[in-house]
Amino acid sequence: MVIYGIAILSSCLLVGLFLGQALGRLAGMEANVGGVGIAMLLLIVVCDRLESAKRLQASSKQGIMFWSSIYIPIVVAMAASQDVANAVGGGVVAITAGVLVVVACFALVPLVDRFGRNAIPRDEASTVESESILSEGDDA
Amino acid sequence: MSFLDSVQAELAKYSLVVAFAFVGFTILVAYQISDRLTRGRIHGSAIAILLGLLMAYAAGIMTGGSKGVADFAILSGVGLMGGAMLRDFAIVATAFGVRLEEFRATGLSGVASLFTGIFVSFAVGATVAYAFGYRDAVSMTTIGGGAATYIVGPVTGDAIGATTDVKALSVAIGLIKAILVMTLTPFVAPWIRLDNPRTALIFGGLMGTTSGVAGGLAATDPKLVPYGAMTATFYTGLGCLLGPSVIFLLIKWMLGNGV
Repeated sequence: MVIYGIAILSSCLLVGLFLGQALGRLAGMEANVGGVGIAMLLLIVVCDRLESAKRLQASSKQGIMFWSSIYIPIVVAMAASQDVANAVGGGVVAITAGVLVVVACFALVPLVDRFGRNAIPRDEASTVESESILSEGDDA
Repeated sequence: MSFLDSVQAELAKYSLVVAFAFVGFTILVAYQISDRLTRGRIHGSAIAILLGLLMAYAAGIMTGGSKGVADFAILSGVGLMGGAMLRDFAIVATAFGVRLEEFRATGLSGVASLFTGIFVSFAVGATVAYAFGYRDAVSMTTIGGGAATYIVGPVTGDAIGATTDVKALSVAIGLIKAILVMTLTPFVAPWIRLDNPRTALIFGGLMGTTSGVAGGLAATDPKLVPYGAMTATFYTGLGCLLGPSVIFLLIKWMLGNGV
């Protein structure tokens, strides 16, 4: 049923937010550290498990895929409810800092990309490690 | 109550339904502009996001509020639809069908991009602050936080005791960053090879602004969204952690030693 898919999605987000909040608390603050990212990993793992056990019905998938497909409209709504007037009203300092930081970060994408590629042997080693950690976690 | 008022009150009650129609119409207009005026060269979703931002600007001027078009009672549902709750829900949904291996292979670069992104943003923001006469460590760190994201700025400012106007400035910088990332990403993408999961993951970690990354990647290639969003969601938390601690101390030390 469609609602099963939506419920799986909701549960992943709720568990992710909980873990993100706990992670923030461990670091001594009231912020959510990566809750959404953790939720994404959970969804990937949970759906992969259900799929290989053939327990994820096509209609359940539709429940998840609907929200995935409504993503761009949600982003448009998000853009339309930003405080753009305030941003522009921030004046020269805000615009200078905003432009410079965005240019710097764009320019860094190829650099970090190259840095990572040089370290590919180490990457492979860490892949093996994370695999074993993950399987331990699954058993728990 | 006049008839018009009662219609308005009724629409406000069904605000989310109004929002669906409003956003759907905006996207329709955007795709028409994309097809007819740019012959598909500029993607429809990029134009839709731009239209959204323009309408938010106009609405902000008209209402004096801070929530864009959502400050009009009838369109308050747009705020719900584009708010953190449904945005995060949809972001998680985009991860459906992604293979875990693709994240593992980029794990190290993802972490590197997060730390690089946060330190570079603070550095740029603090330098600009210094250049414009904000020469105390508290203001410089807070403004640097704004250059990270519009949440890191005020959170950092609160923690180290920044003044209200400096915190407001940091929010404005973060918003400018988010808006620029949303609008510029599709145009810059070919230059920085932002066309595969690996660079998308790095891009998310470097930029960090969830709304900017979410919008920018959606307009570039929706398939890249889960990768960029994944790293970006760790950024704000990490920034709030590093800002008032390590980075604040570092900036204080540099000022004290005349570096």
